[in-house]
Amino acid sequence: MAMIQAHQLNLSFGTGAGLNQVLHDVSLSVADGESFGLVGESGSGKTTVLRCLAGQYRQWRGELSIGGVALQHTLPKSHFRHVQMVFQDPYGSLHPRHTVDTALREPLVIHGIDDRDERIHDILLKVGLNETFRYRYPHQLSGGQRQRVAIARALILQPRVLLLDEPTSALDVSVQAEILNLLADLRRREKLTYLMVTHDLGVVTHLCDRVAVMQQGRIVEQLDSQALSQNLATHAYTRMLVQASRDFSDDSQHPLAG
Amino acid sequence: MSDIKLNVEGLNVHFVNGHRHTHAVRDVSFTLGREKLAIVGESGSGKSTVGRSLLKLHPPSARLCAKAMRFDGIDLLTASENVMRKVRGQRISMVMQDPKYSLNPVVKVGEQIAEAFLAHHKASRREARERVLEMLAKVHIRDPQRVYNLYPHEVSGGMGQRIMIAMMVITRPEVIIADEPTSALDVSVRQQVLGVLEELVEQQQMGLIFVSHDLNLVRNYCDRVLVMYAGRVVESLAACDLHHAEHPYTRGLLAALPSMGNRRERLPVLQRDPLWLTC
Repeated sequence: MAMIQAHQLNLSFGTGAGLNQVLHDVSLSVADGESFGLVGESGSGKTTVLRCLAGQYRQWRGELSIGGVALQHTLPKSHFRHVQMVFQDPYGSLHPRHTVDTALREPLVIHGIDDRDERIHDILLKVGLNETFRYRYPHQLSGGQRQRVAIARALILQPRVLLLDEPTSALDVSVQAEILNLLADLRRREKLTYLMVTHDLGVVTHLCDRVAVMQQGRIVEQLDSQALSQNLATHAYTRMLVQASRDFSDDSQHPLAG
Repeated sequence: MSDIKLNVEGLNVHFVNGHRHTHAVRDVSFTLGREKLAIVGESGSGKSTVGRSLLKLHPPSARLCAKAMRFDGIDLLTASENVMRKVRGQRISMVMQDPKYSLNPVVKVGEQIAEAFLAHHKASRREARERVLEMLAKVHIRDPQRVYNLYPHEVSGGMGQRIMIAMMVITRPEVIIADEPTSALDVSVRQQVLGVLEELVEQQQMGLIFVSHDLNLVRNYCDRVLVMYAGRVVESLAACDLHHAEHPYTRGLLAALPSMGNRRERLPVLQRDPLWLTC
């Protein structure tokens, strides 16, 4: 069954002469437990798709559903127990004057969930942190640790779907590897469905099973990430993206390799 | 050799903040000729600090010491502010990471570039304007006349970065320090910007110091690579030999990169060895 479904999603801002349509008939379907990547350059509308699913825009047209339930333009609180989002910048997405404990407690308070102390303890362990981090402020954490807290905050409501908006692009390569491993482990253990936005084809082929390529608000191609890495993309824009990232990567293209 | 533009030997940078003392750069030595030299490392490894030291752009809390830091016969270490002002921007210039924060938001971009030119050359406004238009064309901006009159918020990230490059190159410097010039840009735009920079480096025979955290990019773009860890240069090698890197840190970084051609179940995570801090 499809966990996330979008059918002919359209979104525009402004009216009259200032009308700016940012999404054009975007359709995609992500199976339960699948990890799906959205790639494209900035301004192509990939984050906008996530924001529609997260209820941050209300004027979209088309059909959206999560777990078979169609989304309304105003989302009920219960929606967010199933769908949570992790943002790009761990420096900007945590409140600077809230401790880790406060940040993790807030969703539990909002949704009226009990056993708060225990749940916070458990979720910290799950994302590879421990009790010693519990009463720290964000400025006392490294970038990778902050992103772990952001992931913990998303997971504490035990959602089925995680919307990931470039979760590693602000991190160093070495830390990126840790977070990507963590995301892969969590998905396997918690049977999560991921919809991830990124511009890094290496990251997307690593973490995702299928990929949609967006350009100017349209999906121009959908394919398996295996096909993407074997250079089987057919659309000119996808091929350009693949070429561009190949130019900068190892991949046995160099006679010196080996 | 006359080809050597910059010579740095045993550079150390300390930051002193009250009782807190940070040794940010430790014993860094390198030379720069007419080449593209990359400095790579994680955040906090001191790579940007090295770049800034060359222009002495640090706050007063920084203590710089070195055996030698010479640029074309000028001892940068002891040079007065007067001398430094002649070096900065005119002979060694610096391209910053993010055009959004580095351009003045309330001045037209063309005028900002002209300002950089006029600060170092005696010329009329009209002449400056012509040079700017010429420079904008050189960095592959299609409609220089129109772009001249735009404000920074009206240009895209890639265009903003090319404008920054134009501003830094218009004085015909001998050395350019580029501090992560493309990390805020998309893959497709990144190539354009790198292409522009490369063209200029070749045409004007400049030396380029390219500060980056992106090993893949550096490997294909630069000639030589310095790998920094915790303020030290742990390895220095030709970019094409990066595959044969010997230091476990460099190897660890390379292995941790997710790559399209080589899908792995798990990415190897860097195991840090405390020995790297001392040897």
